Amino acid sequence: MHFADNVDYPALLGRPIVFLPGLALLFEALRWWPFGSTAIGRGLTDLFGLSGLSAAADNLAVAGLATLFVGFNLAVVMRLKLRWQVYVVWLELAVLILVFFYSFNLSFDFIARKIGFLLTQGLMMTLYISVASISIASVLALLGAMAKLSSNGVAIGVANFYTSLFRGIPLLMQIYLIYMGLPQLGYVVNAVPAGIAALSLCYGAYMTEIFRAGIESIPKGQWEAARALGLKPNATLLRIILPQAMRVIIPPTGNQFIAMLKDSSLVSVVGVWELMYLARTQGQTEFRHIEMMITASMIYWLFSILLELVQARIERFYGRAHAR
Amino acid sequence: MTGRKRAPGETAMDADPAGPAIDIRGLGKWFGAFKALDGLDLTVARGERLVICGPSGSGKSTLIRTINALEGFEEGEIHVEGIRLTRKPSAVEAVRLRVGMVFQQFNLFPHLTVLQNCTLPLRLVRGLPAAEARERALHYLAKVRIPEQADKFAAQLSGGQQQRVAIARALAMEPRIMLFDEPTSALDPEMVKEVLDTMVQLAAEGMTMMVVTHEMGFARQVADRVIFMDRGKIVEQAPPDEFFARPREERTQAFLQQVLRLH
Repeated sequence: MHFADNVDYPALLGRPIVFLPGLALLFEALRWWPFGSTAIGRGLTDLFGLSGLSAAADNLAVAGLATLFVGFNLAVVMRLKLRWQVYVVWLELAVLILVFFYSFNLSFDFIARKIGFLLTQGLMMTLYISVASISIASVLALLGAMAKLSSNGVAIGVANFYTSLFRGIPLLMQIYLIYMGLPQLGYVVNAVPAGIAALSLCYGAYMTEIFRAGIESIPKGQWEAARALGLKPNATLLRIILPQAMRVIIPPTGNQFIAMLKDSSLVSVVGVWELMYLARTQGQTEFRHIEMMITASMIYWLFSILLELVQARIERFYGRAHAR
Repeated sequence: MTGRKRAPGETAMDADPAGPAIDIRGLGKWFGAFKALDGLDLTVARGERLVICGPSGSGKSTLIRTINALEGFEEGEIHVEGIRLTRKPSAVEAVRLRVGMVFQQFNLFPHLTVLQNCTLPLRLVRGLPAAEARERALHYLAKVRIPEQADKFAAQLSGGQQQRVAIARALAMEPRIMLFDEPTSALDPEMVKEVLDTMVQLAAEGMTMMVVTHEMGFARQVADRVIFMDRGKIVEQAPPDEFFARPREERTQAFLQQVLRLH
């Protein structure tokens, strides 16, 4: 581990006393699995022309090969610079996941036929719902946090009730309640607005707490200095406090955005043609569920990565005054 | 000064141009059951330099924080240049326009550069256009001798430099009265002088100043009057020569012995 002090401990994996027993353990685990009979194991068997061996000997050989490969790979990676270590390990793990999916014997022809519809209809709807909900939730969160930090009992009461209710009921239930409950009040809502409302209200409640904690993390002296200079309350909040609170608010909010992107799939229960719904229904037609599930998963993941990158940028921006 | 927006009530309420800068009558304040200020009377003349000292918990910080409405009070009256300080936003705003404050912990805005720390309030409160705000901010940064740090963030400056920026930020608003709440107490010893020098220079220019400090050298050199507070009351007040040479009250003598032994 690299903490920000001056003590540089040698990396655990760089020590033979950890590295070698670790490899031995890996070898035993692969043998016990047995790795030789997995799809990847069989691939290795073919690759090295070991098909003549007995099953036990084959398993042994494949486990040995895989262990050697992992050991060699680690030894090389450990000699890279930290930044490159991170990139290489990330990519290798991503390849491993892809190989895992590939081993399902997917029909890429089927995926190629359906992916256009998944993207143009499903992804677009998912993004539309997510972006709309994220925007509304952010506004709700700011209002909720301001209410909770105000000296107005009515506002505090409303905000406390709001966060309690919408954090306390499952999101799935909220979607049903809004979609099927509002008509009871004489107001019929479509599935998409109902879904956006439920997601916004639910995530707005969680984010209210994030915003409140962020604002509270700013020392009292900042408020006092702004007041003493004559700034009005709104200007103080928007120009002095919030920009500083952003450093605390952004990381958990990024979490919420990523979670919401995927929770937008819950809206499929009221029949919205978003990514998850289409993945399920399109797969059913030809009994190719796993193809569609994996494709949809990859699309969700891709856009989560995008959000992670955006979050990192915003964090850098708000942290610039603290850079060393 | 042309072109700047008038603050609400700025002319209408400046009722007493010849009167004192600050006039406090029977000021009382509680923190729960603790009486922080106890029927305190104080008049500060325009251009007067006042040093307030006293043991911790004596109410000296609370006193100057009530003057620009960072703390409320329950009894008595405060008039700042003839404006009666109430809880009404218009009164509070008018008073804060006239009163600048420097804090023990500097309280610079860490997300803004030094220059932005000075220009942001000028633009938001005084309504100056960007170019004019920048010009005025640079003028006051030059005055506290740190114009070359204008584009740095607060965290990149030393404590003494940060406190001088805080002084420049307050001065740029062109207040009539400056309050200092233990401005050197959070500084390393070698940085105390640069901040005190800035304050001495400010005093020489005729600014009305109320300074809470334990720097007795500063009090001797600059103050017109030194006030000793204890338990929310003014125990003794006198010009510095008399105050340090012949303190009358026992509590003052005991306090001075404590403080002067350390210096």
